[in-house]
Amino acid sequence: MTQSTMTSTHTPIEKKSIQIQVNGVIQQRHVEPRTSLVDFLRDELGLTGTHVGCEHGVCGACTVMLNDEPVRACCMFAVQADEMRVTTVEGLAPERGVMTQIQDAFCEKHALQCGYCTPGMLMACHALVAHNPQPTEAQVRDAISSNICRCTGYQQIVDAVMYATQAQKA
Amino acid sequence: MSPATFRYIGKHRRAVEHKRFVVGKGRYAADIQLPGMLHIALVASPYASAEIKRIDASEALAMPGVHAVLTGEELCRHIDAMLPGVDAPQVTRYPLASDVTRYAGEWVAAVVADSRALAEDAAECVHVDYAPLPCVVDPQQALEPHSTLVHPAHGSNVIFHRKFVWGPVEEDFAKCDHQLSYQVRWARNATVPIETFAVACQWQDSTGILDVWASIQMPKFPDQVAKALRLPGNAVRVHFDVDVGGSYGVKRGLKHAVLVGYLAQKLGRPVRLVEDRLENMRGGDMQGPDRVFDVTLGFQKNGEIKAMKMRAVDDIGAYSGRSPLQLGKPVGAIVGPYRIQSVEYDAMAVMTNKTPQEAVRGFGQAPTNYAIETGIDKIARFLHMDRIALRRINLIGKDEFPYLIPSGTHYDSGDYDTVMTKALDTAAFDDLLKERDQLRSQGLLAGIGISTCLEPSGGNSSFEPLFNPKNKTTTWMDSCLVRVDLSGAVTALMGTSTSGQAHETMVSTVIGEVLQIEPDGIRVLHADSLNALPSNSPVGSRMAIMLGGAAAGAAKKIKHKLLQIAAHNLGVAVEALVYEDGQVQATHNPSLKLSWDALVEIAHRHFHKLPEGMEPGLQEKFVWEVPTGGMLPTDDGRVQMYPCHSFESHVVLASIDPDTCKVTVRKYVCGHDCGVMISPDVVHGMTYGGIAHGLGAALMEKFAFSTEGQLLSGTFMDYLLPTSAEVPAITIVDHCTPSPLTEFGQKGSGEAGYLGSPAAIASAVNDALSTQGAHIDHLPMTPQAIWTALSEARSVKASNTVN
Repeated sequence: MTQSTMTSTHTPIEKKSIQIQVNGVIQQRHVEPRTSLVDFLRDELGLTGTHVGCEHGVCGACTVMLNDEPVRACCMFAVQADEMRVTTVEGLAPERGVMTQIQDAFCEKHALQCGYCTPGMLMACHALVAHNPQPTEAQVRDAISSNICRCTGYQQIVDAVMYATQAQKA
Repeated sequence: MSPATFRYIGKHRRAVEHKRFVVGKGRYAADIQLPGMLHIALVASPYASAEIKRIDASEALAMPGVHAVLTGEELCRHIDAMLPGVDAPQVTRYPLASDVTRYAGEWVAAVVADSRALAEDAAECVHVDYAPLPCVVDPQQALEPHSTLVHPAHGSNVIFHRKFVWGPVEEDFAKCDHQLSYQVRWARNATVPIETFAVACQWQDSTGILDVWASIQMPKFPDQVAKALRLPGNAVRVHFDVDVGGSYGVKRGLKHAVLVGYLAQKLGRPVRLVEDRLENMRGGDMQGPDRVFDVTLGFQKNGEIKAMKMRAVDDIGAYSGRSPLQLGKPVGAIVGPYRIQSVEYDAMAVMTNKTPQEAVRGFGQAPTNYAIETGIDKIARFLHMDRIALRRINLIGKDEFPYLIPSGTHYDSGDYDTVMTKALDTAAFDDLLKERDQLRSQGLLAGIGISTCLEPSGGNSSFEPLFNPKNKTTTWMDSCLVRVDLSGAVTALMGTSTSGQAHETMVSTVIGEVLQIEPDGIRVLHADSLNALPSNSPVGSRMAIMLGGAAAGAAKKIKHKLLQIAAHNLGVAVEALVYEDGQVQATHNPSLKLSWDALVEIAHRHFHKLPEGMEPGLQEKFVWEVPTGGMLPTDDGRVQMYPCHSFESHVVLASIDPDTCKVTVRKYVCGHDCGVMISPDVVHGMTYGGIAHGLGAALMEKFAFSTEGQLLSGTFMDYLLPTSAEVPAITIVDHCTPSPLTEFGQKGSGEAGYLGSPAAIASAVNDALSTQGAHIDHLPMTPQAIWTALSEARSVKASNTVN
């Protein structure tokens, strides 16, 4: 990225070499150990779908999948993800132009407004459904309590996950 | 058109915006990457009030990759102060403090470096010598005669004060059987979007244009940025196509944009500022109303409320923007949905050494509604009367519209009693009472909350001249341009940014409705400010009314032009033609017709077939003035505030664990009437979200300050936001009373839910506490507040027993 090439002269911090598989593609980079995973994804790889909200692990906007488990990308360093697999919102769908059932249900049920918490919220929902393909409403509410949305009051997010998972059953 | 005959309006339709958001392709201000872009970190004041003795930036400037350290001293010399919203020219405000700081967290210097991380490193190496000064944090103390002054040049901490008297208040009180006085306090909270404020600016010497990408929801933003930077308006190009990650009022960011714009111009490089969460909470200037109400209600023994006195003191913090005006907007619904015939309203905005206040969803109406509704419950308790029966006596009847309230505003339409009844029926109120009593028998404290509140909509700016006689603003227009290209495809252009309200969906639905074409094929773009028609941003629940009205107006002009072309070419009078599905045919001879494609072809290519004097091409604009707008206030402060008035009635069942004092909201029903809904999914979504916001305001959210003026809740660990564990399943029951003032009968709904839920939840908590002889008249009703109220009630009971 522009930013990192610009900074090549200033930093006395020794960079570490890391290799992370992001959305199925191996990415090799030299990063400062203090670089958070979310900054790495956004600034180094240009994957701006993952958002920064509170920067202290509460809001969940930065949630990504790390080896298939949801993690806060603001609360871990990129070097900690070395040799691991990361999936971001850009890599949720199997191919270009296709949406997952949950992404599609979010659109159908108006489960978002400004869209800022949505990528993290989608991660929480996909993680839930991976473990529990047909959750109850209470289980959905419990699972998404990890993520804060200021637009929807959560109602239509719950509706969307129920719609997606019940459609799966049918 | 009647609601039953709409083709697209009121129907389920996927929002066109969603697709880019769910695949991670939204484009927010923090996603803007420009070649050679530099990054800002801020040095903030650790003191609520201090003199800046010296700033030593030499160590920071010596660090490789650091490009500049800007101080207030330099910045203030090169820009103009931002306007205070009311007539207080000595209350000057700049993006950076110079000489003195007036709140903890105020920006003192901006460090510009190759990366944000490096800028933060360097910010730690900027050494500022401060001499702490006395501060005033409590608004009541700030009103005392010899209080420390936040702005000594202004001569007082009161930046605005006016007592309005509408009608024979004293006479009405004298005629009342009873009067009841109480105080309620609305705590400083805000909508706190998950996206912080972000802005990127780029200056081009070659064109003399400053490009701005910012996460804004701010009326007149481009003009104000230009004015502060001493640039002509046509030198600032604000890109309204930036997606905004939530705002609900607060994303104003004027000081941010002026600072970054100045630096971009000075350095000749693109510059970006993305607030971190602490910068946002402490120095982002987005905290909301912080208000103490003293209210007296005069009423008869049968429950009829006749008159009201309300004193509202609002702590706006250290600087003023539009915040004092948040006392002004509620003037247009000062009696709520009730037949109160005279009102005295004593409105005062006071400055303290706290973070400045900014507009929050409802623009002061939610606190006012909470103050009114608390009084309704208190009267019911006083008279031993049912709260619902009391409301039925006082609610304005459906046949009384347009209804003129004492402060000069006409309510357009409504059927309040029916909406409340629908909500009660949906909540199965008798069963709800049984459930409450069952919870009580299980040892929980349980209560039912009711509120019936107004949501003024169609955002006008009548509070500006009302609060500042020098300000003669009487229009608050919005606009839309609709274009049909040679291929026959339709594109519409709107002139503001969007922060989750799905305007692209709304505009395409409206145009589709008017032109009778599939909305999904209509593209809606956000212009930049140099291309935009005059617009005023999505504030004041106005866009369904104003942008919707403008889009319909432009589309109707297109339709009219097509009819004129057809008339000319078919040799038939316009009156003898019918427009259907985009084609035009003669009413009495269906074989005489011209298709959409043929009409478009004529407009774009066949000048010889156009009626004499008609412009070629197919493009129309419509600039719409707020319905009922255009008038200045009367000398005694009466004014038509907003044109339309939505209504909501909330019914809540909540319980309180007596050991932890935690509140659980168990059932939630909201009856809602915002006239014709253009996009029901969008309206419902905003209402759910507004209710969740209100739950936060009622139970959880508070910007708390120490007595030294330090913000104590600057993170999400201590400023608590509702999650899905706190927000219950919500049932919305719709009702439709069309507005006579708008194109389709629509009213606004962007503030829905939030305007009634704090009052309703507070009502439920107080109903629960009433069994213990306790009550709370301040928000948020945290576990600590409930525990304190219960302890006090117990000790009163104990001392009564002893005596």
